[in-house]
Amino acid sequence: MADYKALEDLVVQVRRDILRQVHKVNSGHPGGSLGCTEFFVALYNELMERNENFTMDGFGEDLFFLSNGHISPVFYSVLARAGYFPVEELNTFRLLNSRLQGHPTTHEGLPGVRIASGSLGQGISVSIGAALAKKLNKDKHLIYTLCGDGELQEGQNWEAIMYAAGNNVDNLIVTVDLNGQQIDGSTNNVLPMGNLKAKFEAFGWDVMDIEKGNDLKSIVDGMKKAKEKTGNGKPICVLLHTVMGNGVDFMMHTHDWHGKAPNDEQLENALAQNPVTLGDY
Amino acid sequence: MKKYTDTGKKDTRSGFGDGLTELGKKNKDVVALCADLTGSLKMDEFKENNPERFFQIGIAEANMIGIAAGLTIGGKIPFTGTFANFSTGRVYDQIRQSVAYSGKNVKICASHAGLTLGEDGATHQILEDIGLMKMLPGMTVINTCDYNQTKAATIAIADYEGPVYLRFGRPKVANFTSADQNFQIGKAVQLQEGTDVTIIATGHLVWEALQAAETLNENGITADVINIHTIKPLDDQAILKSVKKTGCVVTAEEHNFLGGLGESVARLLSTQYPAPQEFIATQDTFGESGTPEQLMDKYGLNASAIVSAVEKVIARK
Repeated sequence: MADYKALEDLVVQVRRDILRQVHKVNSGHPGGSLGCTEFFVALYNELMERNENFTMDGFGEDLFFLSNGHISPVFYSVLARAGYFPVEELNTFRLLNSRLQGHPTTHEGLPGVRIASGSLGQGISVSIGAALAKKLNKDKHLIYTLCGDGELQEGQNWEAIMYAAGNNVDNLIVTVDLNGQQIDGSTNNVLPMGNLKAKFEAFGWDVMDIEKGNDLKSIVDGMKKAKEKTGNGKPICVLLHTVMGNGVDFMMHTHDWHGKAPNDEQLENALAQNPVTLGDY
Repeated sequence: MKKYTDTGKKDTRSGFGDGLTELGKKNKDVVALCADLTGSLKMDEFKENNPERFFQIGIAEANMIGIAAGLTIGGKIPFTGTFANFSTGRVYDQIRQSVAYSGKNVKICASHAGLTLGEDGATHQILEDIGLMKMLPGMTVINTCDYNQTKAATIAIADYEGPVYLRFGRPKVANFTSADQNFQIGKAVQLQEGTDVTIIATGHLVWEALQAAETLNENGITADVINIHTIKPLDDQAILKSVKKTGCVVTAEEHNFLGGLGESVARLLSTQYPAPQEFIATQDTFGESGTPEQLMDKYGLNASAIVSAVEKVIARK
């Protein structure tokens, strides 16, 4: 049984990390980061089997790939607080000579990151490659991937989705951050994607919903179910219904905070809604 | 003059296929991916011998590049195979982010490069790929000249850690380099010694450069002929040494003069040892349908064009 109190404390602290990172440099993407905070916290602290020391090849452990790289603030915070690098390094987010680039990259050697992402639509393909390598290496561990819903407008995803089902890549769990928002507005207004569940199913994936995508217990239970579905010949898709900007009332249910940092006053307000738990960096 | 003999016309893509077959036997980490052109890329034997290490991706090159990048995470050495056009321009951003910027050990192997693809015409005849690939930080760019060299290069790049673009072609061409050559990435190969002009060629133009040198020799002009199979990193020292001796240079390639080998040589010389240079290359144009020979003649990419360029560049000394 997961220690939900500890996970909840971590969620609140990660929210603070996200807000403080983007505020300091007045840039970055808080909305999607906040919307996926519970998912990241559950994934790294409850779901993935991870080795102590980071290696690029990740033999004998589960691997995670972030396709929508712009939500780097949540990725960096969760990686740091899981011990991949010092939490103080969050102070360097988006600064010159930092390992914490605007979008995640391997280029500066930041532990925990295995591929550059930011130009959208490439993460599922990379994840399939890593999943195929696991199979060749007779490594039973899983590949977890997160991509945005708007990101699925990129055509490469559908090449990858078709390939994974056609070739029984069944050690792969792709989670779609279904927040219904993208930079220019709601996904329905920008480019309606129709019924994503039916689309994935039509391509041959095993699809499930996590309706409460910002609820830790729903995420843990749902992702454990997803894990049970692996190894049965089909790739797994989890549609994670999230609220962009979750945990900060004025950032919720809007695309306004996709790529905008809070000002001093807004930061104060947002942090007051999320009092310190584990300690700020 | 050294004598070079065509031991029998063979296509460079078969050199790739045979090199890959050999790699399949000796390196268990080598895997191959193809986007529905297994026969054209001569990957059938690797596929047959190593079904578990061969991935048929379908007509989905972007996905192929991404999967190749992912396969390196887990220690594999992926070789992707498709036409040069679909290996580069079509998937530039995928290569840029998932391979080059991510520093992944992917070997992008590209056949049917340039005009000699022939009758299919300009949609498939990419003349911009060397430029696209050499501009990517960390990317090694190789354009081999014949069957033996392509086979040797294919085997050699598996032992090199880092992204590589390996460019070769479709038609059967002279096979004249040694079957047991020691292929060294980034090392120019001096084919002829001369004092009047330096001819620097890559790919299919290397054989043409040798033919040109013979004609020139008959007219009393001796040429240094250098085979630059690796356009990046460029063998600066070999080029400078030769041009300091001859005082002028002709570069020859089956590629646009913008972005190709010629520009790399010009950059080097302009900063280190300025000298007159003539470019044998396409002149900022698309190709068209025709036989390889007709096209190389029409676009000025053959021995007689090199001879004319040499006469011109010597006059500029």
